[in-house]
Amino acid sequence: MSRRRIRKSYNVMFLALSVLATLAGLLCLAAILWTLVTHGVAGLSTQVFTQMTPPPGASGGLLNAIYGSAVMTLIGILIGSPIGLLAGTYLSEYGRSSLLSAVIRFINDVLLSAPSIIIGLFIYELLVVRMGHFSALAGAVALAVIAIPVTLRTTEDMLNLVPAGMKDASAALGAYPWRTVLSVVYPAARSGIVTGLLLAVARISGETAPLLFTALNNQFWSRDLNGPMANLPVVIFQFALSPYGNWQELAWAGALLITVTILLLSIAARLLLSLFQGQRGGR
Amino acid sequence: MAIIDPGHAARQLVYERIFRSATFCAAILVLVILGGVAVSLVRGAWPALQMFGPGFVIHEVWNPVTGKFGALGPMYGTIVTSAIAMLLAVPTGFGIALFLTELCPSWLKRPIGIAIELLAAVPSIIFGIWGLFVLAPVLQRHTQPWLIEHVGSLPFVGALFRGPPFGIGILTAGIVLAIMVLPFIAATMRDVFETVPAMLKESGYGLGATTWEVIWHVVVPHSRVGMVGGVMLGLGRALGETMAVTFVIGNAHRISASLLAPGSTISSAIANEFTEADGELYTSSLIALGLLLFLITFTVIALAQWMLRRLERQGRGGA
Repeated sequence: MSRRRIRKSYNVMFLALSVLATLAGLLCLAAILWTLVTHGVAGLSTQVFTQMTPPPGASGGLLNAIYGSAVMTLIGILIGSPIGLLAGTYLSEYGRSSLLSAVIRFINDVLLSAPSIIIGLFIYELLVVRMGHFSALAGAVALAVIAIPVTLRTTEDMLNLVPAGMKDASAALGAYPWRTVLSVVYPAARSGIVTGLLLAVARISGETAPLLFTALNNQFWSRDLNGPMANLPVVIFQFALSPYGNWQELAWAGALLITVTILLLSIAARLLLSLFQGQRGGR
Repeated sequence: MAIIDPGHAARQLVYERIFRSATFCAAILVLVILGGVAVSLVRGAWPALQMFGPGFVIHEVWNPVTGKFGALGPMYGTIVTSAIAMLLAVPTGFGIALFLTELCPSWLKRPIGIAIELLAAVPSIIFGIWGLFVLAPVLQRHTQPWLIEHVGSLPFVGALFRGPPFGIGILTAGIVLAIMVLPFIAATMRDVFETVPAMLKESGYGLGATTWEVIWHVVVPHSRVGMVGGVMLGLGRALGETMAVTFVIGNAHRISASLLAPGSTISSAIANEFTEADGELYTSSLIALGLLLFLITFTVIALAQWMLRRLERQGRGGA
């Protein structure tokens, strides 16, 4: 075989492998979504949204878990996103090139991919041990700690996209930086900031590990933030690993609910982002 | 209102100070959180560290009844499952990134890119439940018997594939992890490949190189640092991943030569046992495991970030 032929065949072989890899990746996504939809839809019924988590063998739903997840995610976002927003504002507007900001950026990126179970242990030591019991509040704080790096990162990136000319114009009118940030920068970056918020919600609503030993679980309806509270991820975890058929069915239904919510949030975030970048890029 | 109102200016200055301090405190909080994590883990792990000393890391026994705890089993599981995941996910992620940057027709680029990114958004518990109910039975019925029969009889390598096909175990956990970190690795590598200047690639083609030769001799050397950074970011995720692993690893604290046997990782041990742990020493030993995981992942992620940052600076300097 000529050298040219060898080179050509190598080329074809590796490119084929690359296509194969892509197909394998897409196949995995399709397989996971397919099982999720088939099993999940089978377990889905109106009961899921109207009844409490059942004991083994009895029929029931996921109402208390859905409620708990919603409450803890909401509180987590309410605590975490303002902190992330303010910190992102500091990095983008005040300390853009200082050494401290570089360190904070670095640590934030580390926290962004730190194992969430570690955050759970941290909140366990910080809150659960001191309060003496598991609580929904501790779960919400753990989720907030996970939400902070996500909002910080997107906020900083988005604020950096706001043209310096707009800020200069505001400063030239005599506005202090705080006024410029609140009246010019935030409105200009609004859809970008909302994107960060959506991504943070998507990220924390599927988190399981940090809730295992903060919010724990609760078989019953509970609105007490100071006590253990049911939540979808932990219920899915317990029910899926149980030997009971009706529990496993509910676990699949819950898994489908979570995934659909998160995928919708992610898609919404992407659409908003491309809208925002289109605006900024169009200038 | 007068044009110059001294009260107004003073108030503005106060607001400015308040706002600035608020943003500053929020930013500092990020450092405080990391410090808090480190301090609380060390405090929680203290009784176990005092009891077992450095031997904690090298002992395999994990016996709540006799109160003897060693981290070797979970550490072994963590490292081996992550190694399997990397072995599978890195070449596949590389292939996907190449396809997306060099081969893919532009109309397909966005849909596939979005699909890969959506795969990254799927929460890890979904991978776990899928691994347990779909992947593990398939492996148990088809892949593992084949491995035991054909590879298990080979010298050396064979030891890794002996014993009964449980379905769940180290190998299954590694495969689930691989699927989970694949999108991260593919997406980072794609971003890195996109930083290669078109001029360099065109020069390669101008010399008559094939697409693969341009990739191997131009794109890869140019993006080496970023690729390693991306791989290590994926590794950081694999090492610390809890839910995807806990479902399929079988939770056994022994080290078996066979990859088909059940095992445990640091995170799966914590997730499985923490709420059931009775006694200070048991809980403290689990937190000590957490501390170990924190140290390992922190090092890996910090190195990865450092490499990706170096690449970013390079890119900016070169532009």
